[in-house]
Amino acid sequence: MAEAGQSWHGIVLETLKRNEIRLVPYVPDRVLTALIKNLHADPFFTTFATAREEEAVGIVSGAWMAGMKGCVLMQTSGFATLANVLASLAVPYQIPLIMFVSERGTLGEFNYGQALVCRTMRPVLDSLSMEHHTITRLDELEFIADRSIKQAVTTQAPVALILSPLLTGGKVFDK
Amino acid sequence: MNAQAHLPARNTKVMNRFDLTSRLIARLKNDEAVIGGIGNTNFDLWAAGHRPQNFYMLGSMGLALPIALGVALAQPKRRVFALEGDGSLLMQLGALSTIATLSPNNLTMIVMDNGIYQITGAQPTPAASTADLVGIALASGIANSAWAADEEDFERLVEQSLSAAAPTLIGVRIDEKPGTGTTRRDPVQIRERFMHGLGVREPL
Repeated sequence: MAEAGQSWHGIVLETLKRNEIRLVPYVPDRVLTALIKNLHADPFFTTFATAREEEAVGIVSGAWMAGMKGCVLMQTSGFATLANVLASLAVPYQIPLIMFVSERGTLGEFNYGQALVCRTMRPVLDSLSMEHHTITRLDELEFIADRSIKQAVTTQAPVALILSPLLTGGKVFDK
Repeated sequence: MNAQAHLPARNTKVMNRFDLTSRLIARLKNDEAVIGGIGNTNFDLWAAGHRPQNFYMLGSMGLALPIALGVALAQPKRRVFALEGDGSLLMQLGALSTIATLSPNNLTMIVMDNGIYQITGAQPTPAASTADLVGIALASGIANSAWAADEEDFERLVEQSLSAAAPTLIGVRIDEKPGTGTTRRDPVQIRERFMHGLGVREPL
């Protein structure tokens, strides 16, 4: 279980490692900065930026079919670009696509566009009957992430793990 | 309207997708992976003769290159080919930069350029009379990018890519003919057979 004092991103990194998830393409987000930095610093991971979230979904889908597990990191607005690739690749081909979505648009959002696009995320996931969890508590993070990754792989079904500002602190208005 | 009439003069022969795909498949002797992009590109791959190392996209337009990149990263000793149309590539041009940055030497990309969205009614692409896709690939950092002058040149470029130190992109100008076959639209079987073909798992 999570050790006292461990950060949320430290738990995510260790959980990925324990589940042999080596390939981590991402479209960055301020909240994900520490996680992305530490993934780059760890030779266990192959991690890199892509130009677009659906590109990253294509990459981890190809890699999984060829025997290498991966996950995609993104923010809420990036998830909103994915409806087509989820409905035409990940779900019908039964690919265990694992997504970590840093949640913007709620609990103190300062950009109305972000608040609006956030409201499209769960309806899209629900309309495709996709598994998703919103993680709000540090003490539940490892359990939810570890179990969800294992479930995605064994049931060959995608999962979205939404990292709430309650967990990460979120992004606050600074200027 | 014939979109090709508006293209600048090039010393590249207008070839045929099915013929080129058949030439490629005939050369494959080492269980090379082939990712066929949406529509006609994978219809012709299917028609050229199904093999378990073929993956056929039934949607997710523009993702042939990213899917092929994922396969190439996971299995660096296997040669991976991506077959993509010009309209599809235009939808995901950023993928060229990602591939150039990661630079897997086992990836060969073949871009079939007819200047039109053939399958939706042959409307010209926005690039049809202006943009040069091989030029875009070069500017994205894929130094091994070239137009194939004719069928023999295409086969030579394919052969050359097998021992290249970096990814290769081959542009081929093709005619406006539709795909020859129609892929069986069974995504789970396509994916499962592909995984068997890549040695990732055994059949039940």
